[in-house]
Amino acid sequence: MQDKHSQGEGIRPPRSDANHSKNNPDLQDQRSAIENTEQNKTNQPLAIELRKISKRFGQVQANNNIDLQVQRGTVHGIVGENGAGKSTLMSILYGFYQADSGEILINGSPANIKNSRDAISAGIGMVHQHFMLVDTFTVLENVLLGAEQSAVLKKSADNARQALQHLSDEYQMSVPLDTLTGELPVGQQQRTEILKALYRNAEILILDEPTGVLTPQEADQLFRVLQALKERGVTIILITHKLREIMDITDNVSVLRMGEIVSTQRTADTNIAELAELMVGRKLQTQHFNKVEHPNGSNGIEVHNLTVTDDRGLTRVDNVSFEVKAGEIVGIAGVAGNGQSTLLRVLAGIEPPDSGSFIINGRTVDAQTHVNPKEMREIGVQHVPEDRLKLGLIKSFTAAESSVLGYQNRRRFNWRVFLNMRSIRAACKSLMQAFDVRPSDPKLKSASFSGGNQQKLILARELDQSPSVLLVGQPTRGVDIGAIELIHKKIIDIRDANCAVLLVSVELDEIMTLSDRIIVMFEGRIVGTVSGKDADKTTLGLMMANAMESAA
Amino acid sequence: MDSLLNAQTVLSTLDATLRVSTPLILCAMAGLFSERSGIIDISLEGKMLSAAFAAGTLAAITGSAWIALAGAIVTSILLSLLHGFACITNRGDQVVSGLAINVLASGLTIVLGIAWFSQGGQTPALASDARFMPFELPLIESIAQIPFAGPFMQSVISGHNLLVYVALFAVPITWWVVYKTRFGLQLRAVGENPLAVDTAGISVSRLRYKAVMTAGILCGIAGTYLAIAQNAAFAREMTAGQGYIALAAMIFGKWRPVPALLACLMFGFLDAVSIRLQGVALPGIGEVPVQIIQALPYVLTVVLLAGFIGKAVAPKAIGVPFVKER
Repeated sequence: MQDKHSQGEGIRPPRSDANHSKNNPDLQDQRSAIENTEQNKTNQPLAIELRKISKRFGQVQANNNIDLQVQRGTVHGIVGENGAGKSTLMSILYGFYQADSGEILINGSPANIKNSRDAISAGIGMVHQHFMLVDTFTVLENVLLGAEQSAVLKKSADNARQALQHLSDEYQMSVPLDTLTGELPVGQQQRTEILKALYRNAEILILDEPTGVLTPQEADQLFRVLQALKERGVTIILITHKLREIMDITDNVSVLRMGEIVSTQRTADTNIAELAELMVGRKLQTQHFNKVEHPNGSNGIEVHNLTVTDDRGLTRVDNVSFEVKAGEIVGIAGVAGNGQSTLLRVLAGIEPPDSGSFIINGRTVDAQTHVNPKEMREIGVQHVPEDRLKLGLIKSFTAAESSVLGYQNRRRFNWRVFLNMRSIRAACKSLMQAFDVRPSDPKLKSASFSGGNQQKLILARELDQSPSVLLVGQPTRGVDIGAIELIHKKIIDIRDANCAVLLVSVELDEIMTLSDRIIVMFEGRIVGTVSGKDADKTTLGLMMANAMESAA
Repeated sequence: MDSLLNAQTVLSTLDATLRVSTPLILCAMAGLFSERSGIIDISLEGKMLSAAFAAGTLAAITGSAWIALAGAIVTSILLSLLHGFACITNRGDQVVSGLAINVLASGLTIVLGIAWFSQGGQTPALASDARFMPFELPLIESIAQIPFAGPFMQSVISGHNLLVYVALFAVPITWWVVYKTRFGLQLRAVGENPLAVDTAGISVSRLRYKAVMTAGILCGIAGTYLAIAQNAAFAREMTAGQGYIALAAMIFGKWRPVPALLACLMFGFLDAVSIRLQGVALPGIGEVPVQIIQALPYVLTVVLLAGFIGKAVAPKAIGVPFVKER
């Protein structure tokens, strides 16, 4: 396999030492012994060593004097909040950005990584959070791209096909080579990315938030693959904000906070609470919210046999019925793209249903009678959209302007034909204070706030209307832990104020923390309903993959 | 009616179709290379016009069709580089840049033409040895007796100038390059997801420059054809919107070489028919005014593009400058 896809210029010989150690248990033991003693690490060449890496984007110091040592053949976790500088650091390692200062050593020798090509020839492979795949290409074409051996494709394609066959046998991750990647489920797209890296003889594999889009079962599969790679001597860097994954699979873990490494230690020597504290820089109380088991309010949302088709004629929401009572939170779990988003848009009045109906806060909506989002807002149905940058606010508007979007016609924001900017700014200021939006400057552009603060501003705007029905999509996507605490608290508060809350999130932890009742969607259908109190991750995960026929 | 449908008329209409389609085919392939790489190219028109002017001028001065062809290609590539500099290096708006090139070409060819030759923007008429002249394909006489195929080969396929055959060969070659070579694979990728190309270690800019320069070469040949093969001199605004028609045909062909060829032939055919129909009385309608006939291809273009194109899926990254740093 190795000689079949030797890549000519610049690609180092495949990991011979790794293969050697695979067949030599003594050596492997010896190596893990070395890993276990920090002092000895100088004897074992490090796969990666970063020395005093700094990178600044304008005002933001994304990375500051970062020292990082990753031992060969280990899984090294890097955790940190959004904006802590994880992705920047890895982008520097992969040649996407240039460090302002500092040094990178690969296998003990200095490497000058100016672009992705240099990184690849240094043996680094990266699985990006947003896959770097061409959707209209087959898996084979995607793997070939940039690793073609000659000007005409035929021969390299045949070679690649053989090599990929070997790789997928070796690691038990089969991917249909001639299917368009755009048509594959995300789990398989991710495998394509991993195969791409392995085909390029990567000895160091960086994975950026790899489980964000996977079901728990797919994530387990991924971890098995990573384990197999590690056993064959591949060094793995895992970037994530999910601490449980760090505990499960990594050997060592580094914590990044505000562009600096605040700790590097053996995973076995630490725990989730400590890591979370290091990440945020203060103690977090674990949140436990009381669950409402038998809400006695009236129905805030009542959905009857709702079906929605998209413009391509695909059924997105398939004959769905459920209700949400005032004073309860119903969470919709599911892998992204199983109809939750469409459901949310339909309930918010953005899209009309194709058949079936729903009653929302007393108003009946079906295929004939449409209620537009503006009317929805007026009857007390507030919506915090999934994609805050597309639907929640306008990046180039000031925070004050964004904070009245949708409510800009209210009397108190207007003076004759003009907007009353003074009153808008004052209102924004008070929202900012109530929701701890930082910096609390209404004149700042919406784009210059962090994701968490943008989200807090949108949530503040909608909750300020004292909704009777609240539709929330991905409330904490790309939001740091500190802000998550506050956002969750506010959602619970509005429930306790007798609001009916429908929550859509791909974060299972979030669904489980907040929901009084959980509905699982798969391919547009409801495949199960669980009470929030007895929900457990495995059951939900199986339902999300629709592996439990009985639950349907 | 009889005169409209006899064999000779059909054959000569098809023959005309091929002649009219040639610049469309070349420009459509040019547009395909550029747009597959993610660069919108409405400057096909301007590049073709400038190339035509360069060819006409050089042929008049040197008397060599080959030097004229080379000069036309260089001129067209220079405009491609200008487009690339604006859109790739400086991430400018691709439509605005293309439009600017078209305006530049339209104005400059007239100004220079008048200044150099004082013939109202026209270049001097060329002798036949300074042009690409029609020739019969070898062995064509020997197959002329075969029924149907013989006359078809003789009247339609044979008897064109070299550049017509170049255009016809450009299509399978384009197909082969786009689908069977490394350059083609990278070209298709960069128009869909330039970030993926960049992370695969390939320079997005270099690739896109290669693509627009390929477009430049093809537009250069198209311009040469207009000025010194189909006609015997450059005339002001002689491209007359054919660059846009080619672009439309390419989009109509959904950015694929063979369907684009068919679309070009269809537009060419409509054009050829419209010439044929002038002054002919149609049954039940009577004689149709020339202006309506001449407008027909354009009207049909609009109708076809508006109604029959179906879901044309453009390369995803088309028109979007590639920005790496945040």
